[in-house]
Amino acid sequence: MHSLLFYLALFLDLIATGGYIVYLVRQEKWISRWSCLILLAGFVFHTLSLGYQYYTLGAAPVLNFKSALSFFAWCIVFVFLIFHIKFRIMVLGSFVAPFAAFLMIVSSAMPWLNEPVKPVFKSLWLTVHVTTVFLGNGLFVITFAVAIMYLLQERQIKQKRFGSLYSRLPSLATLDSLNHYALMCGFPFLTLGMITGSIYAQMALGSYWQWDPKEVWSLITWLLYAALLHQRLTVGWRGRKAAIMSIICFGILIFTFVGASLWTTGYHNLDHLGTTGV
Amino acid sequence: MKTRIVNIGMNHETAPVELRECLAAYPDNTGKVLGRIRELPYIKEGIYLSTCNRIEVLFTGERVDEARKAMVSVMSGLGRMPEDELTGCLYQWDDLEAVKHIFRVASSLDSLVVGEPQILGQIKEAYLRATKEKTSGIILNRLMHRAFHVAKRVRTETAICESAVSISYAAVELAKKIFHSLEEKKVLLIGAGEMAELAAKHLMRQGVESITVANRTFERAVEVAGRFHARAVSFDEIDGELVEADIVVCSTASREHVITHDQVKKSLRKRRNRLLFFIDIAVPRDVEPQVNNLSNVYVYDIDDLKGVIALNMDQRKLESVKAERIVNEEVLKFGRWLKTLSVVPTIIALQEKANTIIQGELKKSGSVLGNLTREQKKAVESLARSIAEKVLNDPILFLKGKVERPSVETYLDIARRLFNLDANGTSTGSIVSDQVLNTGYPLKGSEESNEFEQNDRGPEKRP
Repeated sequence: MHSLLFYLALFLDLIATGGYIVYLVRQEKWISRWSCLILLAGFVFHTLSLGYQYYTLGAAPVLNFKSALSFFAWCIVFVFLIFHIKFRIMVLGSFVAPFAAFLMIVSSAMPWLNEPVKPVFKSLWLTVHVTTVFLGNGLFVITFAVAIMYLLQERQIKQKRFGSLYSRLPSLATLDSLNHYALMCGFPFLTLGMITGSIYAQMALGSYWQWDPKEVWSLITWLLYAALLHQRLTVGWRGRKAAIMSIICFGILIFTFVGASLWTTGYHNLDHLGTTGV
Repeated sequence: MKTRIVNIGMNHETAPVELRECLAAYPDNTGKVLGRIRELPYIKEGIYLSTCNRIEVLFTGERVDEARKAMVSVMSGLGRMPEDELTGCLYQWDDLEAVKHIFRVASSLDSLVVGEPQILGQIKEAYLRATKEKTSGIILNRLMHRAFHVAKRVRTETAICESAVSISYAAVELAKKIFHSLEEKKVLLIGAGEMAELAAKHLMRQGVESITVANRTFERAVEVAGRFHARAVSFDEIDGELVEADIVVCSTASREHVITHDQVKKSLRKRRNRLLFFIDIAVPRDVEPQVNNLSNVYVYDIDDLKGVIALNMDQRKLESVKAERIVNEEVLKFGRWLKTLSVVPTIIALQEKANTIIQGELKKSGSVLGNLTREQKKAVESLARSIAEKVLNDPILFLKGKVERPSVETYLDIARRLFNLDANGTSTGSIVSDQVLNTGYPLKGSEESNEFEQNDRGPEKRP
């Protein structure tokens, strides 16, 4: 059931991504409108799939890498749709949708969770922890995409060589304020996610902080984003510097998510979540 | 005889400016021409468009050669110039060629500056004038509304109107790509020459928050500032102003750089890295080129802006191919509509004839029907009418079905002879236009008529 819904969502995401890429080339409004609607439909199926899993597992469906990726993709699309309603920057989809679709494809290639869920995961704190963290991550995906768009557009204006992207991308000021906005929203979510995570750790493991590799890397990511936010608010970092910095931050974030989940041996290692005792 | 659409006119390519001026000089030439159009017997409908770059007369009629001659002599009379001199500068288009031409004019494909938006407004004005003077009828009403529609399609479906042509326009477009909107932006003019004033005017129209003028001679700064409700500052205050400004327009005649790299660099921190856009239209340049290397600062000199314009020209050529395709599409559609028009007089004549017969017969039977109540009389009348309608229905459908075929003329001819339509001496043509003008559509119930209703309800919303 949930896998059928998941594949439907994947299918629709792929179509929407294709549509957004065609929109980037052809610049016809109806294409982006339809892509957005298809993405929304995919999002609905994805939500149903996640809801069904949550109901059957009794825990947040993020217990292996497959479902974590899928949930990440869901958060990205969720955040994107909200940004779409709020700002109506059509071309943003051409940058964000492929990212979400990529995560969905990788996720679809991985096995479903087969082991029974340990009771320790059936905690509301875990759900809150992963939801806030991933919503934050989704917002940081927006900062990343917007930063890439900013650098592309800035390069053209600075070097006075106008490619085909020039007319397709929004103005520098728009991109910069989107970046700022997504950062301002994303940072509190990340912070909240880390706090709820440590509360959950206290309840499940008896200690707030264990210097687990993922915890350490998360802290580094958090500090970097904090630094970026601080520079933006006090010194008035903006434009190119802020864009580069948000790309670096996002790189670390992805490393934290992928690297610490797969290659290190802490209790956040998703491959061991089901089997090793927590 | 078939009604034809004729267009004669001149534009920036065919006529020298002196000649165009002659005709455009008197403001009420339009009224005079339209008046003559109403009087001339060969011309049914007419529209006169006169702008500084073109004159267009668009009219319909049956004996077009006479009509054309008459129009040329009207124009030469108005411009006080010999007819042959005028004829040499005119172009003429007939029927669908004329339709195409007017579509191209409305979409600004025929303009000196392709894509400039004013022409559509001017055409709407001309059309409104013609409707007021009652010189525009069924064909031109339809034609003009289609022209507005084509112009709208070209504007929304191609990027032809978007690209910049003048320096200040290009600068404003660039500024919009940097700042998104120019509202709440502060402009600093360094140098208060004519170019600066022009740029300032353009920026004002974009709704910038404030303008500050700095000039070597302070009096001139005050003078220009007065014109824009701007603030005048002395040349030594530029350092301070750089902290505030978002857009700086430089146009001094200075031999050296007025704005240096170090000067801008110093201001950046105080500006909290807000974006800064230099438009340097001075030759030699006022802004040191290295300023462009600073982060969040963009410097465009006159050559860069010209580059932007050239780029836009190239893009425009590509877009104009698309626009021509749209125009051709619409010309075909209009041609199809024109063809349906050829059967309208016959159909209306048929209906008229049936009507006359019904009225005649009712009158004849008046003595017998006299005893009937009013309701009964009405019933008899509607009975007669519906019998006539049923009988005529098939021939009418048949004729409509033949509209696209070349054989339509033969069938029309046969129909007219079968029903003896041309014997009673009424000119069917005038009936058509009257009926259509009154009701807004020629045939009740046909598909075309619905379209008619939508399109001929009145002039489109004016810009």
